[in-house]
Amino acid sequence: MRAPTRQQIAAGEVLLSVDDVSLAFGGVRAVTGVSFDIRKGEIRAIIGPNGAGKTSMLNVINGFYQPQRGRITFKGQTRSRMRPYEAALGGIARTFQNVALFKGMTALDNIMAGRTLKMQRGFLWQVLRVGPALSEEMENRLLVEQIIDFLKIQHIRKIPVGKLPYGLQKRVELGRALAMEPDLLLLDEPMAGMNIEEKEDMCRYILDLNEHFGTTIALIEHDMGVVMDLSNRVLVLDHGVKIADGTPAEVQADRAVIDAYLGVSH
Amino acid sequence: MLYREVGQYKTSYRADEAIFPIVQDRWFVIALILFAFLVVPLFAGQYLYTEVLIPVLILSIAAIGLNILTGYCGQLSLGSGGFMAVGAYAAYNLALRVPETNIILVFLFGGVMAMLVGLLFGLPSLRIKGFYLAVATLAAQFFLEWVFARVKWFTNYAPSGSVAVGRIDLFGIPIDTPRSTYIFVLASAIMLALAAKNLVRSRIGRMWMAMRDMDIAAEIIGIRPLHAKLSAFAVSSFYIGVAGALWAFLRLGSWEPLAFDVNRSFQVLFMIIIGGLGTILGSFLGAAFIVVIPIFFNQLPLWLGIPISTAAISHMEFMLFGATIIFFLIAEPHGLARLWTIGKEKLRLWPFPY
Amino acid sequence: MLGPVLETLIGGLLTGVLYSLVALGFVLIFKASGVFNFAQGSMVLFAALSLARLAEFMPLIVALALSIVIMIALAYAIEFLVLRHLINQDSIILFMATLGIAYFLEGFGQSIWGSDIYKIDLGFPTNPVFVLESMFPGGLLIDPTELIAAVICAVMVLVLAVFFQVTRVGRALRAVADDHQAAQSVGIPLGQIWLMVWAVAGLVALVAGMMWGAKLGVQFSISLVALKALPVLILGGFTSIPGAIVGGLIIGAGEKLSEVLLAPILIRTFDLAGGGIENWFAYVLALLFLLVRPQGLFGERIIERV
Repeated sequence: MRAPTRQQIAAGEVLLSVDDVSLAFGGVRAVTGVSFDIRKGEIRAIIGPNGAGKTSMLNVINGFYQPQRGRITFKGQTRSRMRPYEAALGGIARTFQNVALFKGMTALDNIMAGRTLKMQRGFLWQVLRVGPALSEEMENRLLVEQIIDFLKIQHIRKIPVGKLPYGLQKRVELGRALAMEPDLLLLDEPMAGMNIEEKEDMCRYILDLNEHFGTTIALIEHDMGVVMDLSNRVLVLDHGVKIADGTPAEVQADRAVIDAYLGVSH
Repeated sequence: MLYREVGQYKTSYRADEAIFPIVQDRWFVIALILFAFLVVPLFAGQYLYTEVLIPVLILSIAAIGLNILTGYCGQLSLGSGGFMAVGAYAAYNLALRVPETNIILVFLFGGVMAMLVGLLFGLPSLRIKGFYLAVATLAAQFFLEWVFARVKWFTNYAPSGSVAVGRIDLFGIPIDTPRSTYIFVLASAIMLALAAKNLVRSRIGRMWMAMRDMDIAAEIIGIRPLHAKLSAFAVSSFYIGVAGALWAFLRLGSWEPLAFDVNRSFQVLFMIIIGGLGTILGSFLGAAFIVVIPIFFNQLPLWLGIPISTAAISHMEFMLFGATIIFFLIAEPHGLARLWTIGKEKLRLWPFPY
Repeated sequence: MLGPVLETLIGGLLTGVLYSLVALGFVLIFKASGVFNFAQGSMVLFAALSLARLAEFMPLIVALALSIVIMIALAYAIEFLVLRHLINQDSIILFMATLGIAYFLEGFGQSIWGSDIYKIDLGFPTNPVFVLESMFPGGLLIDPTELIAAVICAVMVLVLAVFFQVTRVGRALRAVADDHQAAQSVGIPLGQIWLMVWAVAGLVALVAGMMWGAKLGVQFSISLVALKALPVLILGGFTSIPGAIVGGLIIGAGEKLSEVLLAPILIRTFDLAGGGIENWFAYVLALLFLLVRPQGLFGERIIERV
């Protein structure tokens, strides 16, 4: 299966646009008529009270759930249905609220697994493990080690991830997403369950990724301080509906947003 | 003292990714292989060859096959016996109808046919998971058993339903003594194990393990479930088919479909559970365990001087197997292979306490 | 023509009831603990062996009572020695543990009670009788044991269904099946629950063993019947009691009918050496079913959330 040729998007232009998407499970309406876009090179935060439909929205972008209505346009290609495999092929990578790592494999192997789409060498070469297969493995290993250096997880790379503490698992998961060299990185509560230092580290990684590598990032986050500091624009959802969309400052002052969050301070 | 890694640092990723990165391991395995090829033939008697070494080596190949499917890729299969049968009968029919074929090709053909059948019966795995898949593989097992018992073409219209093979030779050298058979099987097992080890370390192995650990997340990073599962079924069935052909030709000589019944499937499954799911070493250890224990029990009456009926021995085997599986699942789910690794870890520190 | 087919159908249905009895035990344990108990067949054998051997030197009723005690003790042993140590493990691990239990029980049962074929005499005629002689020439051949088994089965299903829906314990069992940890956290005593469930499954196994034993004689091959229960569960759904019944009926009837109707066609077309379709028919049927409706006729749909 070949990835269809897509347009080259320049920085600042729309990379992904979500068009009137609605998603329901049986009687539960997760998302209703939401439209927004993500521009290349920006950090887009998606916020909202619990149950607002944020994770469902990411799941739709990444192909897990098929919306009953609406379309998604990514890199100029418009679709109404997409499988997660196709999203990956197109350059969308993702992390999860409850870390979705391969618990039986080491951290290194998990991140190497992220290189799957970039490794092509055929089956027979893999069996013999000489020549093309071996050099491909080494090239990718080199790249993965750079990611490991960047995330400062060298010391745990040979440990099965099931044994790692939560904070480190989240970093490994980020590493695996980075290994895909994504055009769009979706982060679902990357800071959940972390202490101050870990949060600062994670913030720095996200900023570095965005500034140095130009990775477009969409993240779901509850920590308002983080949202204000990191993001270029913010989307606010409540009960599956968009209630605000703009810069952090605009959104912070928005009446509807304040009402929705009444009682939640940070 | 002996097993320290101090001073062994890898200066390249290539070195880090060798099968045996620790030098002592490498020497140990090389020594073991040399021992197996050169020293064992000096003292081993017929009994050791035919009742221990050859069965263990051939069943190890089957165990590697099942380990790839169940241990590495997480697809539970109770159809190993059936796939062994496919390998055996395919090899038999090729040797029968094209008598001049090189024996290696005959065995490989058995593997390829088993692979094709495995792909077919693997298709349901795309929709079915877990125990349900186990039941689907049981369908394969019983159906294949039936096919080879009833479709007379496969047994060359033999009235008794059983078939036999004649003398085998490899490039003119006959393989008809226990020793020559042992050498042949040893070489095959080592090569196939090496190939499997390379596969599971590669992107393909990672793909399989990703499917096992979290198939949903695997799709996110670009792994296609179809590709992963079918390739696991294909490779696994190939190995099991080759093992079946080897078993039929070199261990049994003559056989009926019953040699590959559902009990055989369970036997191979036990091997990988006890030996260690998801390890190549475990396949060998588990096979050794399963083969040696009944022998041990058979000798017990002699050693103890007490007569024990064969039925009683068989019952004791059942109890021991059952109890061992439970023990391993509770205490060490990763089987003998993990115990081996833990042993090595302790050896690294020895004689220091920590 | 109709006569023999009807006879086969009825025979198949009745055999199906016996399959259902075994499948019931599976469903109970799966419903209450999410564990797929591969050892159910061995439990049937063990129960049947106990009953048959004990009945050799005491009245049947006493032997039955003792067997009940034995099965409960067995449940205790299983919970204490095996299940307790595997509480939060993967279901595959638990399944393989039951595989171990199955093998152990086989060896253990036969070590204690012996491995010959034993008879169970339930006090009513076991020879097939001819019925409905007025409607069909020669009448239809029916096995009274199976008929009685059908009645007993129906009664058991009713009792169990009521138990699960209505009683407090039944509700607790359903909670446990959903989520071990959650159930524990609301104070449901997991150990006791599992004990109870395995005891009930043991009793169901005893009834099944009794009926199968009366029909076939108690022997090793009974545990192979357990394998046959798997397709029954697939058709009926792993969590449904009525499903186990319906599934059993379909498999039982289907098997027998296929042997009588389908086999001759296959033998002629492919020049086969005999029939024996029964060996795989149930499984292939289950396989086809899985492809179309993985959760079975009455089972619950599995939805995966991320």
